[in-house]
Amino acid sequence: MAAPVADSQNWFPVLALGVSLLKCLFINAYRSTDFEVHRNWLAITHSLPVSRWYYENTSEWTLDYPPLFAWFEFGLSHVAQHFDRSMLVVENLNYASPSTVLFQRLSVIFTDVVFIYATRECCRCVQEQKRSRDNLHRPSFILAVLLLWNFGLLIVDHIHFQYNGFLFGFLLLSVAKHLQSQHLKGALLFSILLNLKHIYLYVAPAYGIYLLRSHCFAQNNKDGSVRWRSFSPLRLLALGSIVASVFALSFGPFIAMGQLPQVLSRLFPFKRGLCHAYWAPNIWALYNLLDKGLVMLGVRLRLLEEAGLHRATMTGGLVQEMQHSVLPSISPTVTLVCTLLSILPAMTSIWRCPRGARGFLRCLLLCALGSFVFGWHVHEKAILIAILPLSILAVESREDAGIFLVLATTGHYSLFPLLFTCAELPIKVTLMLIFTIYSFTALRKLHSAQGPLLHPLEVVYLLGLVAVAIACEVVFPLSPWQQQLPFLPLLATSVYCSVGVCYSFLRLYVSLLRQREKPKQP
Amino acid sequence: MQTWNLVSISVLLGVVVRWGVSLNPYSGAGKPPMFGDYEAQRHWQEVTYNLPLQEWYFNTTDNNLNYWGLDYPPLTAYHSWICAYIAKILNPEWVELHKSRGYESSAHKLFMRATVLVADLLIYIPAVVLYCLYLTEGSSKRKVSTLFCFLLYPGLILIDYGHFQYNGVSLGFALWGVVALGLGWDTLGSLAFCLALNYKQMELYHALPFFCYLLGKCIKLGLTGRGLFLLVRIAVTVLMTFALCWLPFLSDPNQTLQVVRRIFPVARGLFEDKVANIWCSLNILIRFRSILSSDSQLYLSFGCTLLAVLPSSIKLLTKPNFWQFKLALANSSLAFFLFSYQVHEKSILLAALPACLLLSDLPLMVIWFLLASTFSMLPLFLKDGLLVPYAVTSLAFLFFSIYLMSALVHCSEEDLRLSAYHKLFSCLPKLDLAYILRWKFYISVAAMAGLSIMSVVLAPPPHLPDLFTVLVSTAAFLHFLGTFIYFNIVQFSGPPSKSHKKNH
Repeated sequence: MAAPVADSQNWFPVLALGVSLLKCLFINAYRSTDFEVHRNWLAITHSLPVSRWYYENTSEWTLDYPPLFAWFEFGLSHVAQHFDRSMLVVENLNYASPSTVLFQRLSVIFTDVVFIYATRECCRCVQEQKRSRDNLHRPSFILAVLLLWNFGLLIVDHIHFQYNGFLFGFLLLSVAKHLQSQHLKGALLFSILLNLKHIYLYVAPAYGIYLLRSHCFAQNNKDGSVRWRSFSPLRLLALGSIVASVFALSFGPFIAMGQLPQVLSRLFPFKRGLCHAYWAPNIWALYNLLDKGLVMLGVRLRLLEEAGLHRATMTGGLVQEMQHSVLPSISPTVTLVCTLLSILPAMTSIWRCPRGARGFLRCLLLCALGSFVFGWHVHEKAILIAILPLSILAVESREDAGIFLVLATTGHYSLFPLLFTCAELPIKVTLMLIFTIYSFTALRKLHSAQGPLLHPLEVVYLLGLVAVAIACEVVFPLSPWQQQLPFLPLLATSVYCSVGVCYSFLRLYVSLLRQREKPKQP
Repeated sequence: MQTWNLVSISVLLGVVVRWGVSLNPYSGAGKPPMFGDYEAQRHWQEVTYNLPLQEWYFNTTDNNLNYWGLDYPPLTAYHSWICAYIAKILNPEWVELHKSRGYESSAHKLFMRATVLVADLLIYIPAVVLYCLYLTEGSSKRKVSTLFCFLLYPGLILIDYGHFQYNGVSLGFALWGVVALGLGWDTLGSLAFCLALNYKQMELYHALPFFCYLLGKCIKLGLTGRGLFLLVRIAVTVLMTFALCWLPFLSDPNQTLQVVRRIFPVARGLFEDKVANIWCSLNILIRFRSILSSDSQLYLSFGCTLLAVLPSSIKLLTKPNFWQFKLALANSSLAFFLFSYQVHEKSILLAALPACLLLSDLPLMVIWFLLASTFSMLPLFLKDGLLVPYAVTSLAFLFFSIYLMSALVHCSEEDLRLSAYHKLFSCLPKLDLAYILRWKFYISVAAMAGLSIMSVVLAPPPHLPDLFTVLVSTAAFLHFLGTFIYFNIVQFSGPPSKSHKKNH
């Protein structure tokens, strides 16, 4: 920071190295069952032939990611054998020797190189209105911090244990390629990503529409609407062949072996409930709450009989199908329809007038948030699909910065229940504080010329999070309710956060539709 | 961005790093029968909670002094006693007399780690923040950078949060003393330093500079007028503080003597284990312990220490300003570490604290020394299973401090405060000091990294089982000696030039 060199990006390696070293400190921290999941996948891919990868079920954590991820694990397993061979035995369930832990943790840290590279590419695409003399106040520096030091990614990947950094690397890289107008590269990266983890299907509609509209149609009319004549079949062919070849490479062998139905049944298990054990902060959390409230009201007013009600097992910790008591139960089809309806306006908007790669990015965010808010069995971690790309917009415009602050703070706070062990409490609190303090002050300073970022009501809502946090993490464990209502903190967290997430979704929508009225905006 | 944001982010990062290190094993984890310093601290809680104060320092049926007997001054004992009360509320098994020996559980580890963090948050970290914000030169960014590097010093973090000790308390009190003296509150400063002394007797390493600075100031004010008044006030403060700390032990002279005997065990020999000081390093050539009697060892080391401390102390006495005080602190603690009797490898932390004070004035040399000091404790860290946090925090400190303090840019003669000496040796051919120094630094860092890797990877040859330990301690000793000489030179080369400060 004190370096006198103003123009070079020599701060970038320092930021990246710093966060990588910090990650190394968490090697001995708590790890969730996802650790065993990935160890099991290492073992499966290493010791079994390809034909058995999607049939193996010694462990309950069967392989349920697309084939490219399996190949990724296969690659990792060849390094793993130099650390500890025993972790590659399928029967060694819950095996976690120190060298296994070291290897798995380091594998996450090292594969994050993709994410670091993607961040660098994104920083290069950021528009800078005026060159600040001070590195600390430049949008690219702020973006680098917001991405590299992202609280959610740090705790989900390096404490909870997953490979999201690696995967988000592909997503951000593909976004960066679109921002640089290298559409084919972007499409290639995204199709690789889809074959690594299919959760990114959430944002696939945005890619589909945008590529079709902006890449396959070479020109627009004067008013920004599509010029049908300019359709270029060659471009569509190139695009199609890239996507098809990636899919062929990934799924081809399994199709050849006739295993496609088995693979698909692993990828899309439908025996899960509307909500995860811990409700993700989306519309269904509010719906569940409303249902519970109505039940309580009904019992109180003697309109309902307690015996006839379904046992409330929504937050019991088991992934299972659940039924509502008063309100109609939600089926997967309903959620699908809701999701599609929610992203439809965004789709039509960028079809009618694509506002460059930034319009696409906005649409991608809406897809991610739409499916997060209305989706079936959503994980709370999926909120990162919206938070990370939104960082790019946040450093460019004041309005988006305000949305980002609300979404990032609530979304990150909703990740708190992931780490429930006492030893990790100080880490999650301090990391969250660091990220929040930084994002608030840096973004406020960056956009200080255009007025305040947040509405007073938003500030009140965000301050309420502090109260919720203190109540859930400190007051509740010491109170007598701990025994009777063990799920109360989770419920409070997800309901409170879902308000913020739904609100950000709406505001993002408003910003997209409002921009439509003035399409000439850069 | 405002300073307070950067300050709070730096502090929070310091906390995260500390807590991250604390997830690792502590000294003597799962190693009966003696365990390690962690068990010592837990045992003190057990003893202070269950026994009457009169028995704390005595060998009784309930208090076996051979099993981690209390050998720190009363404040440590009181601290253990407070912690024991909290422990008792959380889980009585943790401090049960006799039965709790060697008690280990993850919940207890969490509790012990939390006590260290709380002590740090209350004492050490606020002192560091105050020092960096009010007593360092330069822009606010420079101050925050100094603060960040100060908080990130790996040696202290690894010993307190990895190995397990409460050095943050005694060093924090000493730092409060420094801050108070720097701000001109002399009585408060002496009070804080007395607390430090009463927490750990090793703080005597810093006592001489404190004494000389305050005495020098009194003399400067005139021993017949205001100086005398100040002297009396300070003397009263010191006596009162000591009396209060020792109050329960003063009723019986036997008690007092026993505490003193426990605190200063002179019967333990010139040095133990492998310490990077002169006796251990020369031991390769001359076997002091077999040549000299125990008494003459004591006199020899006492004489050498006195000789090494005197120059800087006398200089400080004649010129009692803050700059000289900081340098004298570093010189005195280094002299004690290098030459005195019964030094532990962890005592280098006492020299590291004053070095941290000089971080913003002499960045490169201080960073170099701080790295070497962390490196000197490598054998200890390896024994405790702290290899990963050692590597991570050292690397982080190296990169961040070099980058944030722009240490490699500022190493001209003037930056190193050596211009006065250049005139003396003007007959010599003019050398590019900065260039030479940078290369020396690179080579030294490479050597430390190489030795660290070798100690981890290679097995020592069977006839030389201590080969790497000796190599590490000797290499560290050379660094310490060099730093000691350099700091002395700087102290005698006059005040920092004003023109230099404007460059920052």
